[in-house]
Amino acid sequence: MKFNIKRAFRVWQRHFMVFTKLYKSSIAFNFIEPVLYLIAMGLGVGGLVKEVNGMPYINFIAPGLIASSSMFATSSECSYGTYIRMTFQKTFDAILTTPININDLIAGELLWGATKSVFYGTVIIIVISLFGLVDSPLIILAIPVLLISGIIFAEIAVIAAATVPGIDSFSFFFTLVITPSFLFSGIFFPVDTLPTVVQKIAFFTPLYHLVNIVRSLSMGSLNTVMNDIIWLITVAIILSPLPFKLLKKRMLP
Amino acid sequence: MQCYMSLMNIITANNITKDYKEVRAVNNVSYAIERGEFYGFLGPNGAGKTTVMSMIYCYMPPTSGTLNIFEMDVTKSASLIKSRMGVMPQDSNLDPDLSVIENLIVYARYFDIPKSISIERARDLLSFVELQEKKDVNIQNLSGGMKRRLLLARALINNPEILILDEPTTGLDPHSRRDVWTRLAELKSQGMTLILTTHYMEEAENLCDRVAIMDSGKIISIDSPSSLMNVHNGNLEHVYMTLTGRGLKG
Repeated sequence: MKFNIKRAFRVWQRHFMVFTKLYKSSIAFNFIEPVLYLIAMGLGVGGLVKEVNGMPYINFIAPGLIASSSMFATSSECSYGTYIRMTFQKTFDAILTTPININDLIAGELLWGATKSVFYGTVIIIVISLFGLVDSPLIILAIPVLLISGIIFAEIAVIAAATVPGIDSFSFFFTLVITPSFLFSGIFFPVDTLPTVVQKIAFFTPLYHLVNIVRSLSMGSLNTVMNDIIWLITVAIILSPLPFKLLKKRMLP
Repeated sequence: MQCYMSLMNIITANNITKDYKEVRAVNNVSYAIERGEFYGFLGPNGAGKTTVMSMIYCYMPPTSGTLNIFEMDVTKSASLIKSRMGVMPQDSNLDPDLSVIENLIVYARYFDIPKSISIERARDLLSFVELQEKKDVNIQNLSGGMKRRLLLARALINNPEILILDEPTTGLDPHSRRDVWTRLAELKSQGMTLILTTHYMEEAENLCDRVAIMDSGKIISIDSPSSLMNVHNGNLEHVYMTLTGRGLKG
């Protein structure tokens, strides 16, 4: 998985350029959905549940939506997006005829995926701040954390892109991996209200740790943040050889 | 075992074999291509031409054998080799998310060519392939022939010393085909080394200094089109049938 960072950045630049051409439609899409959740759950469920952990329900869920928005953005970029560039568009084939080598290319995909996590998470930070749902300026520290978690989501999605038999299979990836993670990572209710088994499973999802971090920062607390950050960094490193190994295997049989 | 070594050679391949799982796509081939030469790999679909080419542009390494380009090993110096090479692929892999000129500029950036230079170079190349007016058009709105011309322009963005052309005129009408030939001949006259695969005999006869005739993963003959035709008394198609005992289109 040795790669050249400058050449990986060239791939990043290509994606960024395409993104700036198309961002109006894509970013609106990604920011409307979390806002819909915020309104529907925050006001709907919030009408029944007055407080969770001592805060109004809508304030409880708002930081979690920063985390989920970044997860969804990166997961679709590096699953559908990577797959389409690899197969239908043959973008990868074109890039590989230049000095960019396959490891540079894969690193570029991961870095771009992580960047989208930062973009989409930051948009929600701004939105919920405007709604007055953030208590502390420490939320700014969530931005670099989104880069780390973004690398994990990118790694997982690239692993999916490298192993699916066809593009339709991504619906399994989203239904069986991403959506359960979204529902059981403590965004809408504290994980400790769930059976112990589910709590244990939740511990193994990156989203759970990201939600913990973002919620703490939003409340102005740094107490438990470090453990979760260490968890994220460790997992990002452990997973890192896999996208390289599997995507290479997929592209060069 | 043949071994090629010469200062004139820009590419030397010795005993190259390439296996895909159980299939041997290229079987122990050796060849050498001289600087400034127009070299053709000729053969039917499935003969191994595209595999030979993809090893030259460092897309995949040989299973065994040595392949040196610019006196560098493809398995060790891929990036450096590719920086001095242009590739025109068989299928369009233009970037559909970008316009015509953006395709050239983004591609140039992969070679570390700064935008100030690439913009000028892209304009020159678009006029070389007569696509100046299509500069800001989306790729989807180009005809097949225009896409081919743009692929040629893109392959030239880094001023390559070697230009690889994988079936450069397949699917083009006779007029567009002649058009591409004229441009390729012009590049050759500027001293570029060109390597092409084709299954059109006429194309090889018209353009190539030498051709390597391939069949079932092997090179069965290497010579200039004219001496092949002299020796075997007929055009290249006849030569091919004599050598392989079958037609080229099969």
